[in-house]
Amino acid sequence: MLQVLLDRWQFGVTTVYHFLFVPLTIGLIFLIAVMESIYVASGNEDYKKMAKFWGNLFLINFAVGVVTGIMQEFQFGMNWSNYSRFVGDVFGAPLAVEALAAFFLESTFLGIWVFGWDRVSKRVHLTAVWMVAFGTTLSAFWILAANAFMQEPVGYVLRHGRAEMDSFGALLINPQLWVEFPHVWFAALSTATFFVAGISAYYILRGRSKKIFMNSFKIAVSFGLVGSVLVAVVGHEQAQHLVTAQPMKMAASEALWNTSAEHASWNLLAGIDQASHRNTFQVQVPYALSILAYNHPYGKVEGINQLQAQYVQKYGPGNYIPPVWITFYTFRIMVLAGVVMILLALYGVYLMLRDKLEGHRKYYKWMIWAIALPYIGNTTGWIMTEIGRQPWAVFGLLKTANGDSPTVGPALVWTTLIGFALVYGILAVVDVYLLVKNIKMGPDGEDLAHRRALEDGVGAVI
Amino acid sequence: MSLDVLWFILIAVLYTGYFVLEGFDYGVGMLMPFLGKNDEQRRLIINSIGPFWDGNEVWLLTAGGATFAAFPNWYATLFSGFYLALFLMLLALIGRGVAFEFRSKVDSQAWRNTWDWVIFTGSLLPALLWGVALANLMQGVPIDAQMNFTGNFFTLLSPYTVVGGLSMVLMFALHGALFLSLRTVGELQVRARQTARRVGMWTTIVMFVFVLLSYFFTDMFTKIGVDPGPVPVLAGLVLISVAFFIRVKKDGWAFAMTSVTIVLSTATIFLGLFPRVMVSSTNPAWSLTIYNASSSHYTLTVMTIVAFSLVPIVLAYQIWTYWVFRKRLQPGGHLDY
Ligand code: HDD
Ligand code: HEM
Ligand code: HEM
Repeated sequence: MLQVLLDRWQFGVTTVYHFLFVPLTIGLIFLIAVMESIYVASGNEDYKKMAKFWGNLFLINFAVGVVTGIMQEFQFGMNWSNYSRFVGDVFGAPLAVEALAAFFLESTFLGIWVFGWDRVSKRVHLTAVWMVAFGTTLSAFWILAANAFMQEPVGYVLRHGRAEMDSFGALLINPQLWVEFPHVWFAALSTATFFVAGISAYYILRGRSKKIFMNSFKIAVSFGLVGSVLVAVVGHEQAQHLVTAQPMKMAASEALWNTSAEHASWNLLAGIDQASHRNTFQVQVPYALSILAYNHPYGKVEGINQLQAQYVQKYGPGNYIPPVWITFYTFRIMVLAGVVMILLALYGVYLMLRDKLEGHRKYYKWMIWAIALPYIGNTTGWIMTEIGRQPWAVFGLLKTANGDSPTVGPALVWTTLIGFALVYGILAVVDVYLLVKNIKMGPDGEDLAHRRALEDGVGAVI
Repeated sequence: MSLDVLWFILIAVLYTGYFVLEGFDYGVGMLMPFLGKNDEQRRLIINSIGPFWDGNEVWLLTAGGATFAAFPNWYATLFSGFYLALFLMLLALIGRGVAFEFRSKVDSQAWRNTWDWVIFTGSLLPALLWGVALANLMQGVPIDAQMNFTGNFFTLLSPYTVVGGLSMVLMFALHGALFLSLRTVGELQVRARQTARRVGMWTTIVMFVFVLLSYFFTDMFTKIGVDPGPVPVLAGLVLISVAFFIRVKKDGWAFAMTSVTIVLSTATIFLGLFPRVMVSSTNPAWSLTIYNASSSHYTLTVMTIVAFSLVPIVLAYQIWTYWVFRKRLQPGGHLDY
């Protein structure tokens, strides 16, 4: 038991950490590709400068995204060998395709993009950045195909004591994948837009490189509105899908202990007492849960106790209730982050259309703080998705507790857990230090350093 | 050919690609502190692999992913079994990956020295550990009837496997030195060549010792007798020819020959293993083979179609990048890393 707990902590810590960098990579390279496209189309050097400045921050983030990803690739074998033996036939395929189709594309064309400014033509260079953007999106698609299988197993048969694939097509049209992938992609886009908007706001407040950052800010806020609205729209779809696909997760994320009345109310807040299966208090919005689940003001939603009884019948004795408190509150924090993001982006677009952005210092200050919102949304979103699925590793097929490596004892897992946590901690500090340093230096700093470097005959410092 | 066999070959190809390609960038990383006499030279050395190393590393990731997809039991046993060794390798790769990006971003000698050290260790350790791992794969490791590895980290370390690790380190150092001699000019190029000559001699000696030991510590004898067949013999001959090409300053040829040596050596190991993928030293009957470790026929068919449509495309654009960055690096030019 201790070992599974440690394995879970290690998986959770390293994956959440990986996903701090992933969304910015996916979203930012897309924005950079847009900036470079404007540069190539208009010949305006400001947009080249812009693409290079954000590209610098992108690279610092990307480096950490890559190295933490390498760890992920091997983690299933290291700590979850029974899991790997059981689902490898199905689960390994999307992982292998991800490497073959996406990682090669990303890494190779990023090499061209970084080192090719003076070596390839403008058009080839622009193609390279779009290829990187395409690669990161493909990567998200394939890994989410694997994750969607864990949420909603499809395209397999149980044979030879394991899950064997019997339809690759089914993996690719998994309905879970087609809500999860757009949700994650738009979340990634929102992450990058709030990142760019927040940092641009910092410059605008200080009056530095105003032209570049005003334009960056406008691009970011426009895409930010699109991204955050679509995250919410798709998120809503996803919640509706949960009602049928993983009703237990849905019930837990609503702290709904017993099947609701025909008009289901939505718990805005609740005091959760998991031991005695009840809420100590709840603040409710009438009809809202029915609307959330079915787009109608009526419609029952199944409760935790009833589902538990059904699952015992179906899967045998056991506790099928995930940690309700965590599932409930992470869901609410994510949605709150989403709502605030939409409001901020709306307001920004409104100011922009009214030509009132100039001099609205308060708004810029908010936007600096708002960088945190998508990070909060991403992290709580994954925690809700994965914790809400417990006790299953693969829903209905394999319990997390049966997936670990039998020969890797707690002592070994402690070693690696502490080891990775230490190294990741150091990486986080260095990463933030470098980002802040580069942000403070800015595109003009880059020019200064470049000129100084040329003067003493050494290559550029950046 | 059955699909099990085909996938055994494909995975061998992926590991070979990884060793040939990332072999030189590990080598360059190991030599960087010694060949780079000042900051600019070190940056030149790092930039010589700048556009390539990440793409090269993906060969490893693909090999890992393909093993998972085609032989889930191999993936599960190998990576849970070689747990601490893999952990060390991952730490090395994590450090190395960020070091390239971070090193030149701060103008402080202490900062740069720190990351140089990380690059050095991050390149040396994976080479060493892969050598040790391959020697263990050849020799066999304790595996029980449930396909689980029953040894520990120290089971993996023996004089034989350490010689295996050492030969990998030397081989990559040689390969890296030759790559540098192709990518640089002047003083740095001269020094790279000198290093290649020196390291080359030791590589040849240690590799031959390793082959010799393999006769005693693995089942090569029982499997093939004294005559190892054309592949390893050719590998040896090609390795010896490297010294000649270095002497006549045909760097391109010398580099091609180390590449061929790595290809043939990896092929030898996989030929020696076939049809096993992990040899059980506890009981030969408990070895993992391409039959009891593989995925279903359906999965292998799907993966075959995917691989045959994507690999040519990947190869095409990877080759194209090498062509784009074929110019040698000049001192005084613009450096990105
Ligand atoms: C939704 C997107 C997403 C998710 C859920 C994950 N990743 Fe990731 N991963 C990416 C999106 C991504 C990316 C955008 O492609 C990255 C992020 C930063 C980067 O450099 O590429 C990446 C990098 C990355 C790399 C390095 C690639 C390289 O060298 O270029 C590996 C091996 C993995 N990931 C593997 C995994 C595994 C095994 C995961 C599951 C547990 C995982 N990632 C979750
Ligand atoms: C796309 C791939 C995946 C992503 C992005 C992902 C993400 C996450 C996240 C964000 C968490 C919550 C972390 C926490 O509790 O702090 C988590 C937990 C977990 N995941 Fe996943 N996961 C993925 C695939 C997998 C796979 C393949 C396994 C295999 C066994 C797995 C097993 C677990 C386990 C055991 C936990 C811990 C749950 C708990 O603590 O209650 N996940 N994952
Ligand atoms: C505003 C309204 C939002 C709604 C209604 C919503 C809904 C959901 C739901 C229902 C899930 C769980 C799906 C499952 O377990 O299968 C989820 C997961 C997730 N959410 Fe949200 N979400 C919203 C906003 C956001 C925002 C703003 C972000 C980040 C910027 C975000 C990031 C994520 C992530 C990363 C996951 C995990 C991956 C997944 O399962 O798709 N969400 N969301």
